[in-house]
Amino acid sequence: MAENPTNVVARGEPVEMLLNMGPQHPSTHGVFRMVLWVDGEKVTDVEPYIGYLHRGSEKLCEGEQYHQVITLFDRMDYLANFNNELVYCNAVEKLMGLEVPERAEYVRVILCELNRIASHLLFVATMGLDAGAMTPSMICFRGRERVQAVFEAISGARMMHNYFRIGGLKEDLPENFREMVEQLMSVLKADIEEADRLLTFNEIFLARLKGVAPISLEDALDFGFTGPCLRACGIDYDLRKAEPYSVYDRFDFNVPVGLDGDCWDRYYVRVKEMYESVKIVEQAMKQMPEGNVTSSLGRRLARPPEGQVYVRTENPRGEIGVYLVSDGTDKPYRLKVRPPSFCNLSAIKYLLQETWIADTVVVLGSLDIVLGEVDR
Amino acid sequence: MTLPIPLLAISLLTFIWILAGLLAMFTALSVVVLSLTWLERKLLGRLQRRLGPTRTGPMGLMQPMADALKLILKEDIIPTSSEKAIFWVAPILVVVPAFMIWVTIPGTENLVLKNLGELGLFYIIAFSVLGILGLVLAGWGSANKYGTLGGLRAAAQLISYEIPVIMVVIAVGMLAQSMNMVEIVEKQGSYPYVLVLPLGLVIFFIAGLAEVGRTPFDIYFAESEIVGGPFIEYSGAHWSVFFLAEYINTFAVAALTVLLFLGGWSGPFLTGNWEIIWFLAKVYAVIMVIFWIRGTFPRLRIDQLMAFAWKVMVPLSFYAIVITAVYLFYDWPPWSLTLMSLAGLFAVGYAIYRRFAGPASQAARVRARYQALEARAGQ
Repeated sequence: MAENPTNVVARGEPVEMLLNMGPQHPSTHGVFRMVLWVDGEKVTDVEPYIGYLHRGSEKLCEGEQYHQVITLFDRMDYLANFNNELVYCNAVEKLMGLEVPERAEYVRVILCELNRIASHLLFVATMGLDAGAMTPSMICFRGRERVQAVFEAISGARMMHNYFRIGGLKEDLPENFREMVEQLMSVLKADIEEADRLLTFNEIFLARLKGVAPISLEDALDFGFTGPCLRACGIDYDLRKAEPYSVYDRFDFNVPVGLDGDCWDRYYVRVKEMYESVKIVEQAMKQMPEGNVTSSLGRRLARPPEGQVYVRTENPRGEIGVYLVSDGTDKPYRLKVRPPSFCNLSAIKYLLQETWIADTVVVLGSLDIVLGEVDR
Repeated sequence: MTLPIPLLAISLLTFIWILAGLLAMFTALSVVVLSLTWLERKLLGRLQRRLGPTRTGPMGLMQPMADALKLILKEDIIPTSSEKAIFWVAPILVVVPAFMIWVTIPGTENLVLKNLGELGLFYIIAFSVLGILGLVLAGWGSANKYGTLGGLRAAAQLISYEIPVIMVVIAVGMLAQSMNMVEIVEKQGSYPYVLVLPLGLVIFFIAGLAEVGRTPFDIYFAESEIVGGPFIEYSGAHWSVFFLAEYINTFAVAALTVLLFLGGWSGPFLTGNWEIIWFLAKVYAVIMVIFWIRGTFPRLRIDQLMAFAWKVMVPLSFYAIVITAVYLFYDWPPWSLTLMSLAGLFAVGYAIYRRFAGPASQAARVRARYQALEARAGQ
């Protein structure tokens, strides 16, 4: 348990109240903890504490065989499991020089984009709840549940799928996959639009979010912002475009950006991204070829040659990087993750300057952190 | 001195009569609260395209009973660091005024526990302010910082919004030339006051929402920020008392809206005490609007809430009084007041529109900016 800050008196200024928010606060998105110095309703300073969900995932990876590590990646960003599996598989494949079958690549892209939609839907839901609107959360959770039903039909689990394998997939898709996804896309689009219409340009929602906790592009880059939080500042930096991996260079999609880098822009970029992900899934469904989904590695143990590799992909929350060192055995020698949530969260102290208590939950929500990934 | 036997018997009878009346009121209001919780859950469910409660009884009708039973059977936790006496007394201070208001709110001309005559509206306003004390005490007594913040928010919010409520009530009193609830309704015989003073209805309804802390003014117990505010440490029966008070107050605000502006129990076809059906129908319609708002809007921030109260609601309510006085003094036809009232509404609407948003509302402005951005991205 972290100690309470002891510098309260040393500041030499009257501090009205020290408010402990979290780790059991409903709006800290898990077990994040902030200690707020509040002057009435104004936040004067904030001290963030992390580590309540630290499980030592990176160290655990060193004791597991390459294929077993995938399950650990599922549990890092538990709202974007497929995206996490993808980055790890890509890292090992790059180190081994494995060729992934085209069909597997397409399936991976489809599942990752669906997972991006599911993750962003959850973000919209919690953003609405943080601002006090309850109906969007119902709509979004329903949409997310529909996506997860498809995931369950494919991988056997709603979350923690463990479906990607080094060099391909665990098994081929179910026979009715195409109908399933087509049906899903038609209702999912309606769900996204409904939540969008209800919340995005709502006057009160705008009053709560627009202009709250803005961050300039320079500062955002300094803090290591990536993903929607960075794009909200107005730069269209998306690894799917900037440094295409997998088969992302074959799809036509836009990278939505914001204007002011405030809370509302961070929300808006994510909403627009869902529409783009829908576009990608639809194109991928059309282009997806038949064929094998496992590489020459098959079911054998992965044993990459000695060496190191850094691979990064675009997660729903930003750029996730995996630094992998292999000593030629069947277990990673060292595995370091660059988590997007953690880097985005690092700006919380900066963002919460000059805010109200009510803003803290909104600002935190707009960063869209997942504590499983922050603490690892 | 001892009372003579006949007088004692009479006072005893009166006493029993009062007790019976209070019991009837308490029972009726409890039933109303149960119906409201059910209605809120069902209606919100419909708004969110789900079913709401279905498992307990037909259409989930027994759900409120199950909830009440659960709340009463739950362990009542009192934090060790709390101020015990204040912690105990606060729920009572909140719920008693909530019930007391109903002593003089008439259902029909005769269906009222005690018609206080010209004191009626004064009494209601006076008791509606008292509940704030309980909320502040609850926040303070539970020795919790979130509770304290919630209590302070409640004090600031409820006192600010009490002013427009009182001002509008005065305007209505001036119109009816009476503070007697029954008389106010009877004066609305030919046309309800909403047609004469639409401004009053708007102010009263919005300020009323803030008074009972319904969305978008549920700031003093905002779950996502201060986790229930004054109620944070309360559990079981204690918490359910606050809950009861909240719903009775919601019902009271709806009832007052109906009595002051929507013609009370007057309506075609029904006479005598059957007119209560009209009254209840109107009240439940207003309540459904309140629930509808809850299903649609996010929550304001405290500074926005206070700014809205002092910069918009209070001046508007003063304007309502002034135009009512002008109308009465010059004895103009009623439609002139309607016009003045609508003019006030539009003027304020336009002022907000110019002051806060330039050429358009913020939503329209932001929408235009971002659509331009998208158009650029699309090229």
